[in-house]
Amino acid sequence: MTAYLLKRIAIAIATLVLASLVVFAVLEIVPGDPARLMLGMNASAEQVEQLRTQMGLNDPLLLRYLHWAGDLLTLDLGRSLTYSVPVLDLVRERVAVSLPLALIALALSAVIAIPVGLYSASRRGHAGDTLAMGAAQIGVAIPNFWFALMLIYLFAVWLRLVPAGGFPGWGNGIWPALKSLLLPAVALALPQAAILARVTRSALIDVLNEDYIRTARAKGLPYRAVLWQHALRNAMIPVLTILGLQFAFLLAGTIIIENVFYLPGLGRLVFQAITQRDLIVVESVVMLLVAAVIAVNLIVDLSYAIVDPRLRGRE
Amino acid sequence: MNSWKSVLAATALALASATSAMAARTDIVIGIPLEPPHLDPTASAAAAIDEVLYANVFQGLTRIGPSGEVLPDLAESWTISDDGKTYTFKLHSGVKFHDGSDFNADDVKFSLDRARGEKSANAQKALFAAIDTVEVVDPATVKITLKNPQGSFLYNLGWGDAVIVAPESADTNKEKPIGTGPFRFENWAKGSSITLVKSADYWGEPAFLDKAEFRIVPDAAAAVPALLSGDVQAFPFFQPDGVAQIEGDPRFSVVVGATEGETLLSMNNKKPPFDNLKVRQAISYALDRAAIVEGASAGFGKPIGSHQSPASKDYVDLTGMYPHDVAKAKELLKEAGLENGFKATLKLPPPSYARLGGEIIASQLREVGIDLEIIPVEWAQWLEQVFKGKDFDLTIVSHTEPNDIDIYSRKDYYFNYDNPAFDKVIGELKVTSDEAKRKDLLGQAQKILAEDAVVGFLFELPKVGVWDAKLEGFWTDAPIQANDITKVKWKD
Amino acid sequence: MTLPVDVSREKPERLVARAFANRSFVIGFVIAVSVVAMALLSFFWTPFDVTKLVIADKTQAPSLTHWFGTDHFGRDILSMVMVGARNSIAVALVAVGIGMGIGVPLGCLAAARGGWLDEIVMRLNDLVFAFPALLSAIMITAIFGPGAVNAIIAIGIFNIPVFARVSRAGALAIWPREYILAARAAGKNRTLITLEHVLPNIATLLLVQGTIQFALGILAEASLSYVGLGSQPPMPSWGRMLFEAQTRMAIAPWMAIFPGMAIVVTVLGLNLLGDGIADILDPKSRRRS
Repeated sequence: MTAYLLKRIAIAIATLVLASLVVFAVLEIVPGDPARLMLGMNASAEQVEQLRTQMGLNDPLLLRYLHWAGDLLTLDLGRSLTYSVPVLDLVRERVAVSLPLALIALALSAVIAIPVGLYSASRRGHAGDTLAMGAAQIGVAIPNFWFALMLIYLFAVWLRLVPAGGFPGWGNGIWPALKSLLLPAVALALPQAAILARVTRSALIDVLNEDYIRTARAKGLPYRAVLWQHALRNAMIPVLTILGLQFAFLLAGTIIIENVFYLPGLGRLVFQAITQRDLIVVESVVMLLVAAVIAVNLIVDLSYAIVDPRLRGRE
Repeated sequence: MNSWKSVLAATALALASATSAMAARTDIVIGIPLEPPHLDPTASAAAAIDEVLYANVFQGLTRIGPSGEVLPDLAESWTISDDGKTYTFKLHSGVKFHDGSDFNADDVKFSLDRARGEKSANAQKALFAAIDTVEVVDPATVKITLKNPQGSFLYNLGWGDAVIVAPESADTNKEKPIGTGPFRFENWAKGSSITLVKSADYWGEPAFLDKAEFRIVPDAAAAVPALLSGDVQAFPFFQPDGVAQIEGDPRFSVVVGATEGETLLSMNNKKPPFDNLKVRQAISYALDRAAIVEGASAGFGKPIGSHQSPASKDYVDLTGMYPHDVAKAKELLKEAGLENGFKATLKLPPPSYARLGGEIIASQLREVGIDLEIIPVEWAQWLEQVFKGKDFDLTIVSHTEPNDIDIYSRKDYYFNYDNPAFDKVIGELKVTSDEAKRKDLLGQAQKILAEDAVVGFLFELPKVGVWDAKLEGFWTDAPIQANDITKVKWKD
Repeated sequence: MTLPVDVSREKPERLVARAFANRSFVIGFVIAVSVVAMALLSFFWTPFDVTKLVIADKTQAPSLTHWFGTDHFGRDILSMVMVGARNSIAVALVAVGIGMGIGVPLGCLAAARGGWLDEIVMRLNDLVFAFPALLSAIMITAIFGPGAVNAIIAIGIFNIPVFARVSRAGALAIWPREYILAARAAGKNRTLITLEHVLPNIATLLLVQGTIQFALGILAEASLSYVGLGSQPPMPSWGRMLFEAQTRMAIAPWMAIFPGMAIVVTVLGLNLLGDGIADILDPKSRRRS
C-alpha cells in the first residue's frame, strides 16, 4: 500500500515537472519579444536590450528554466504585463469566481445525474429509461456555449430572472454573486450531467448483475432496499471517479463559458492574457491548472485504491 | 389614540417612499468594451483609461468639449502674448483633489514638468514638446512659455494625457486615481468593473449621478443581452454590429454620431504588386463602398474618398474618383500584367469593422481575381507585425486621431508611401496659418492621396451610442475617446 | 475494459443483422451518412454560392428560396451549413487520424514491450492528460495563428493519449491469449504478432473510440471557431456561424438555430453510432440494454 502510494505521488510530481518543461518550452518559442512588448513600439533597441538583461532574458536556457521553476514553487509569479500587478493577486481574485462556479456546476451535475441514472437503471428498457438516456445523448451533443446563449435569452433577456453576464463580486452580498453564477453553472453542468447520468446508469446495471445482489434479492429483500443499500453504494466508485475528473475539467473548461458570460474568472483571465501576449499570466495560470488536474487525478487514484484493494497491484 | 397615530405614520411613510420613487434615479451602469490596463491617463495611450476617467475624475487646464472645441477647465481664463509664445493661465480657486489636498499652480507645474520630463512615461510626449518653461506666478496663476508658437497648444492641453495630478498621488494613480473632477474613484473589481461616485466637495457644478459603474462588456454579443436585460443602461461606444437588434426597441435611444476615424484598407505601397499604381487603382475600383458601409458599420458609416473626415470644413468629396467598376478593375489588372489575378494576405485586427469589412472586401476582390487569405490578428500582433514590422500586404484599420493626414508624409510609416509632391504640400501646411490657404493645401493633399490610391478609402467610422431612452446628457460625437458623464442624468 | 468479441470469428451476416436490429446504430448510421453525403454534395452543388456576399439580401427569414434563411451578409444558411459540414468533418477526421496514427502504435508498442518503454508511454500520456484540452488548444491556436491547420493539430494532440490508452489496454488483454502464445512459441516476432493478431482484434475497439473522438473533435472545432481561432473566412464553419449569430439572436434566430442544430445532430449521430457499434460487438450488450 505504502509503495503504491509513494509511486503514485512520485509519478504525479514527475508529471508536474515535465509539464512545467513543456510550458516553458512552448512559451520560449512564442513569437514576440516580451521586453519589446513591455516597452511598446517607440522604445529604442538599447532600452529593449537593457530590459532583456534586467529580466534575465539573456541568461542561458537552463538557468532561466530553473529560475522560473523556483519562482513558481515559491509562488513568486511575477507581475502581469497588462495589469502591472502581481500575478498571484490576480489569480487569487479570479479563483474566487472560477472555483465556486466549478463547484456549483459539479453539484448541479451530480444532483441531476445521479437520480436520473438511478431511475434509468431501475427502469431499464422502459420508456422512461429510453427517454432519459435519449435526453442524455442530446445533452452530450449540445455545445455548451450555444446552450448558454439560449439560457441568456430565455432567463436574462426574456424573463429577467438573472443577469445576462458579469459578476458583481462577493463583496456586494452572496445572493447577487450566486445569481450571476447560476446560468453559467447550468450551462457548464448540462453536458457533465448527461455524461454522469450515463455512467451512473451503466455502473448500477453492472452492479445489479453481480451475484451478491441476486443473493440479496433471493433472500427476499425488497428491490428498493437492494438498490439503495447495496447497489448504489458499490456503483458510487466509478461515479465518484468521473466526478473527480469532471471537477478538474470544469476548473479549466470554464474558459469559453466565462467568455460568454464575461465572468472575471481564471478562464477569462488566461484567454485575455493569451490575446494580449501577457505570457507571465498565461504560464502561471496554465501551470496552476495543470497542478490542479494532477492533484485531482492523484486524489482519485488514491481513493480508488483505498476503496478497492484489488487495484493496488495493477497499473 | 395609538391607532390613528400609527395610521398617520404609515401614511407619511407611504408618501415618503412614493416621493422617493418619483425622484429620478441617480445611479447608472455603463458598458465599456475594454478594461483599462491601469487608471493613470498620463502613463498610457490606452483609450480605455480616458473612457472611464477623462473629465469625470481627472481634469486638465483645458478640456475638449462634445464637438471637439477647446473649453476652459481648471484654468478659468488665459491670455496669450502677441508673439504667441507665452500663455498665462488664471486657475480656479477652491479646487480640491479627492484626497482633500488643495489644488494650485504648483500642481500644474509638477504635472506638466513630469509629463515632458526625461523619465516621463507619458504616451504623448509630443504634446508638450513645444513647452520651454512652466512658471508658478502665484498659487492661482501659471505662465507657460513656448519655444515657438503652436496653434494647437490649448487643444493639446485638453488631452487626457495632459491632466493635472498631485505630486503626492501621482505614483499611485495607476491603482487609485486621485483627481479634481466631479466624480471620485471608488473601486476597481479587476476583470469586471470600475465604480465612480459623486465627489461631495467638487469645486464646480456638481454631477447629476451619485454613482456610475463602468462595466467591462467585451463584445457586441454580450452587450446586446446586457442592454436588453437591463443590467447595463448605456453603451456610449456600441459595436454597430449589434444595433440591428436594438433599433426597433422604444426602450432605447440609438444615437449615431461622428468620430475622427478614417477606416482604410491599408496597402503596403512598397511590396509588389501593391507598388504598382494600376494595381492599387484596380483595388479601389473593385471596392463597393456602399456594401462595405452596410455590412461593416450597419450602414452608419460615411463613405470617404480620401483621408479627411466628411465633418471637417476642409473636406473634399473624392468618393466619385473610383466608382465600383469590376470591368475597369480587371482592365487595370491586365494592364499591370496580372490578368490572372494574384494572391495576397489581409491581416485583420480585432474590431468588428475590420473583421466584418475584411470578409466583404475579400469577397469583392475575389470578383476581380484577387484571392485574399484572411489572417485575424490581435492588437499586440498587429502593432508588431503590421504597424512596426510592415510585414503585410493589406490590412483594415481605422485611424482615429483627428487631423492626421500628415501620417502619409511620415517616413517609415507602415503604408510605405513616399511621394515628394505630397510631402511638399504637408511641409507647406505645417507653416501656414491662413485658414483659406490651409484649406487649399489640405484639398491638394487629399487629392494627391486619392489619385495615388495609396490605400482603399472606405468610410468614416461612426460612433454609435445606445442607452436607455430615459437617459440624457451623453455625447453624440466622439471628437476624443472619452465618456464624459458629468451632464448625464435620468429624465423624470 | 470489456473487450469486444473477435470480429473475425463471427459470421458477417449475423453481424449485419444484429447491427440493423440495434436502434442506436441505425439512427446514428443514418445521421452520419446523411451528414457526410451533405458535405460531399457541397463540393459539387450548393443552393447558393457561399463565397458571394449579397448584402441586399441580409438576414432574411427562412423561405422557399432560402430554406434556412440568410445571414448578415445575405449568404444562404443552408449552403453554409452544407459547406460547414465539410470543414467540421475534415478537421475532426484528420485530428482523429493524428490521434490514431501516433497513439495506436505507441499503445501497441507499450503493450508488446512492457517494462520501461511501457512506463514512458504511460507517463507521456499522463503528461498530455494533465493539460486542460480546450484551454491548451486555444493557447496553441492563438499563439501559432488561428486557422484550420493549427486547430487540427491542437485537437489532434489531445487525441493521441486517448488512443494510446485504449489500444494499450486492448492489446494487453489480447497478449495472454492462447493463439498468441502459440504464435510466439512458433517464433514470430512481436511486431508481426501485433500486426497480424493484436491490431485486427482491437480494431473494433478503436472504431468505437474513433467515433467518440470524432464527435468530440466536431465539438472542439466548433468551440475554437466560436472564439475565432478555427477555420477562417471565406470557409464557412458552424462554430463561427454561431458566433456571428449571437448579436442577432432576437431578430434573426435562424442564424443560430440551424448551425446549432447541425452540430447537435451530427454529434448525436456519431455518439449513437459509437454506442451502437459497441453494443453490437459487446457480448454483454444483450444484458445491458
